[in-house]
Amino acid sequence: MRGGDAIIQALKDNGVDTIFGYPGGTVIPFYDMLYDSDLKHILVRHEQCAAHAAEGYARASGKVGVCLATSGPGATNLVTGIANAYMDSSPIIAITGQVVSNLIGNDAFQEVDIIGITMPITKHSYQPKDPNDIPSVINTSFEIASTGRCGPVLIDVPKEVQEGELDEYVLGTIPTPGYKPTTKGNSKQIAKAAKMLLEANKPFILAGGGTILAGASEEVKKLAELIKAPVATSLMGKGIIDENDDLSIGMLGMHGKEVANQNVNNCDCLLAIGCRFSDRTTGKLEEFLPNAKVIHIDIDPAEIGKNVPVDLPIVGDAKIVLNQLIKELEGSNVDESAWFKSIVNFKKSTIPRVSYNDFPLKPQQVIKEIANSITEDTIVTTDVGLHQMWAAHFLDISKPRKFISSGGLGTMGFGLPAAIGAKVACPDDAVLAIVGDGGFLMVSQELATIKEYDIPVVIAMLNNRKLGMVYQWQNKMYDERYSQTDMGNTPDFVKLAESYGINAERIEEVDKTQEILSKALKDNEPILLDITVEKNEFIPMFPPGGAITDVLGEYKYESDVKNIDLDAKDQSKDSQTVEGGK
Amino acid sequence: MSEKSHVISTLVEHKPGVLQNVAGLLNRRGFNIDSITVGASEVEGLARMVFVVKGDEKVLEQVIKQLHKLVDVVKIKDLDPEYVLKRELCLVKVKTSKEKSRSEIIEYTDIFKAKIIDVCDDFITMEVTGNPEKIDSFIRLMKPFGIKKIARTGPTAIARGHH
Repeated sequence: MRGGDAIIQALKDNGVDTIFGYPGGTVIPFYDMLYDSDLKHILVRHEQCAAHAAEGYARASGKVGVCLATSGPGATNLVTGIANAYMDSSPIIAITGQVVSNLIGNDAFQEVDIIGITMPITKHSYQPKDPNDIPSVINTSFEIASTGRCGPVLIDVPKEVQEGELDEYVLGTIPTPGYKPTTKGNSKQIAKAAKMLLEANKPFILAGGGTILAGASEEVKKLAELIKAPVATSLMGKGIIDENDDLSIGMLGMHGKEVANQNVNNCDCLLAIGCRFSDRTTGKLEEFLPNAKVIHIDIDPAEIGKNVPVDLPIVGDAKIVLNQLIKELEGSNVDESAWFKSIVNFKKSTIPRVSYNDFPLKPQQVIKEIANSITEDTIVTTDVGLHQMWAAHFLDISKPRKFISSGGLGTMGFGLPAAIGAKVACPDDAVLAIVGDGGFLMVSQELATIKEYDIPVVIAMLNNRKLGMVYQWQNKMYDERYSQTDMGNTPDFVKLAESYGINAERIEEVDKTQEILSKALKDNEPILLDITVEKNEFIPMFPPGGAITDVLGEYKYESDVKNIDLDAKDQSKDSQTVEGGK
Repeated sequence: MSEKSHVISTLVEHKPGVLQNVAGLLNRRGFNIDSITVGASEVEGLARMVFVVKGDEKVLEQVIKQLHKLVDVVKIKDLDPEYVLKRELCLVKVKTSKEKSRSEIIEYTDIFKAKIIDVCDDFITMEVTGNPEKIDSFIRLMKPFGIKKIARTGPTAIARGHH
């Protein structure tokens, strides 16, 4: 057995069935050995998409995603995807080829120090020098990527190590004396937390991506029910609790739900679980949580107290700690408080208004049509930009791992490859990528991958011919000076998709989205929908550096629309071509 | 912002890339590294790295937590300045062109318990160890003779007694 065979065997021994990759000079030996193997390989059309697809795979399935690229440019093309996985704590393994060991350091052809380059954005990295080490290196990489706070691990394999013969294939582990993640919460801290939560009059739960990684969906709900607390999520926590539930008040943050943003500062005890208090979630820290005691549960001690001062830290895995907390709280009867009722009422009276228009379509109405055509099992991925925030705002997600978006890094181009990865991981679930025209164009070559492997993802592109998010900021904060945000000469996306052999439709009419989407999702066929949307429709936000309660723009409510039967959208859309636009 | 000097002692896996990783992390989180010393530790396979860093007090806690996250880092301690023993090694090469210089230098060397490790016609090289302040004084005294070269290791450190 040679090094490359050992890579394949060790991946399989760790439960991997599919990897995403792209060949090149220093990984030819690996690909040569892959040729005889039954490990499935998806040839993406750009290495960045291999990393994003591996992340989509990981986040949809809860397993570790694997991507592979050659040395030099192949490796550097993975960097954005690795950084994205690092920021969003996604367990992926990136394998890169490296020039032969005796050339390392000589500026050899296609040589880069990828370990050095990725040091700040990987959880750990290895460069095996001996083929005998490969099984253990891969085994340990899986352990590191998927335990503690999950994250990317890079394995850089010199070409001759891939070719070298192993004495024996031993799937051991590499000692990691410095790696001991804490999973169980300190019982004294748990008892204190229980006491604080019971004493609180206005408890509030903020759940982040860590709850999803921990699989703590049931626990979050159970705890919220026990202490009668509303649950807001960060973008990354979306789906941890059914957003249609009374307990759920949606996303908190810059483009968050009004009910979440306007109430969080009134709470007297915030229980934060698996979130890192990003500036996009909290707004101006000095004006965040003026009166609240903060309990922060996180598996990563470095996140506790980093941004928000914490009264009670609990280090541990969200699922385990919540179970401990639930056990401690069980039996205590908490009545539904005036606080909780007021929030439920606030939520009901501030259902964000979907504005309708005949042409161009309003982005909210498109998202609503999308919402009406998917089921609770549909996996939705998004790109980054306005469409992402429309989706986060108007799409109610009921289950974890069904909303996959680029959170921390904000990577345009993430949505489509992540959808490919998600579909490969969960072939039985419908997968829908909601993207913008800007981000889609960064990765449109992946249509070839979709066609090649018949990966039936449905792509709903909200096309405003703008870089919408920046355009919104320019509109609100830069005196409408639209510098370089007009996408001007966009391609004919329908023809573009068709040239790859992918069905496509341009949608400019009301209700068409729903009709076509429902059919495409049902038929399980790849399709690109180029949906023309209004460019001057903006989502309310707090300005960067502003407090969470500052609102730039205007919230509009369904309840403001008089004499309209909310269920009968057809009537409402005739009666208004409303605000928002200019 | 209060920028204080801290001595951070870390026990790390003795492997390539670890120094780069630890130093890079300190740098990224806004700490200026004054000095680094690295060498084998009492445990086989582990090295002790001692950093003298300057930075914001508030950031220090975060930096230590971030260091803990590095898989290759086994232990970290911010050594209490009250109980820290700091020692540095310094090599100084001084001109001895003047007749008198040589004897004066030798006297200072005795006082500082330094060692002469090389002598030639017009230079004398000494080795001095001690806490960084002592080395500073020694260098100050050597200045008038004409210092040709200085090589300092930067301090390594260990906690006193049971600390």
